[in-house]
Amino acid sequence: MSIEPNKSIDIKGLVCPMTFVRAKLAIETIQPGEVLEVILDYEEASRSVPRSMEEQGHEPLLVEKINDTDWRLLIRKGSA
Amino acid sequence: MELTDEQVERYSRHIILKEVGGEGQQKLLGAKVCVVGAGGLGCPVGYYLAAAGIGTLAMVDNDDVELSNLQRQIAHSTATLGVNKAESARSTFEALNPDCKVVTIRERLNKDNVLDIFRDYDVIVDGTDNFPTRYLINDACVMLKKPLVSGAILRFEGQVTTIVPGEGHCYRCLFEEPPPPGLVPSCSEAGVLGVMAGTIGALQATEVLKLILGQGKVLRNELVIYDALGMSFRKVKVPRNPQCPVCSDNPTITELADYDQGYCSL
Repeated sequence: MSIEPNKSIDIKGLVCPMTFVRAKLAIETIQPGEVLEVILDYEEASRSVPRSMEEQGHEPLLVEKINDTDWRLLIRKGSA
Repeated sequence: MELTDEQVERYSRHIILKEVGGEGQQKLLGAKVCVVGAGGLGCPVGYYLAAAGIGTLAMVDNDDVELSNLQRQIAHSTATLGVNKAESARSTFEALNPDCKVVTIRERLNKDNVLDIFRDYDVIVDGTDNFPTRYLINDACVMLKKPLVSGAILRFEGQVTTIVPGEGHCYRCLFEEPPPPGLVPSCSEAGVLGVMAGTIGALQATEVLKLILGQGKVLRNELVIYDALGMSFRKVKVPRNPQCPVCSDNPTITELADYDQGYCSL
């Protein structure tokens, strides 16, 4: 089953903590229940961004490596 | 308005916080805070509020920077000796953060100007050093229903409280009348450890940010007392006085008055 994101951001080139900062600003612009797609190339952020999102009440749905350098995250916005 | 790339980077440690985020940062950038006194308390309060990205910050002070101020008034410097304190603070704060527009009000507060000065602001901060002005600020904030973050320091002690008119206590619920002149020593008579201003000013700035963000619990109906020698904080309950002369349902004080006869100006 594929999930269609409501918004997508490409933050390749950014490192922590700006990866989470940009992802968080993006998720603030969608509605609870909607899904944000994040494309990034900083390996640590593929773990820390979903973890931070979860701590702040959102639901990481997917973390996948899509090529040699990039990851794709899907995060559903929480209601909090 | 969207945050610029520079703002996203400048405020990144705020944006990361669950309780702030981009939305909270926008509230700070849109907020207007009036700090009365650009002295010991006003300097750190204004400094941190400017750093936090408060959009409009008024500094009210009619005095000039003196050498004996520099042991604690960290927004001023040897280079600004003789300069008006509000102006000196403005140059420091705007150098730290150009997002923060500092309005200098070079006046001494009195019953005729205080309401007009406070009217435009969301939160008022009391960083003054004398009782007449403290009571004037309290009464004006109650009448305008403006939240007031009050702080005081002397020797090795400090205190902070937050007055939310209509919801909690006011300064007159705590002490109904100003003490008689000469009873309570001032900093110039009793001395103060300079860093006390930083500790208490930082607590006041924290309360202001919480009020604007709508996060946490402010010191409504409470007073925090800090003892630096014993290194302890104590919280005291301050109930609202149902017979308070200014904030009760049937106030006896309905007009502002100046109380400054017999007080030295510091």
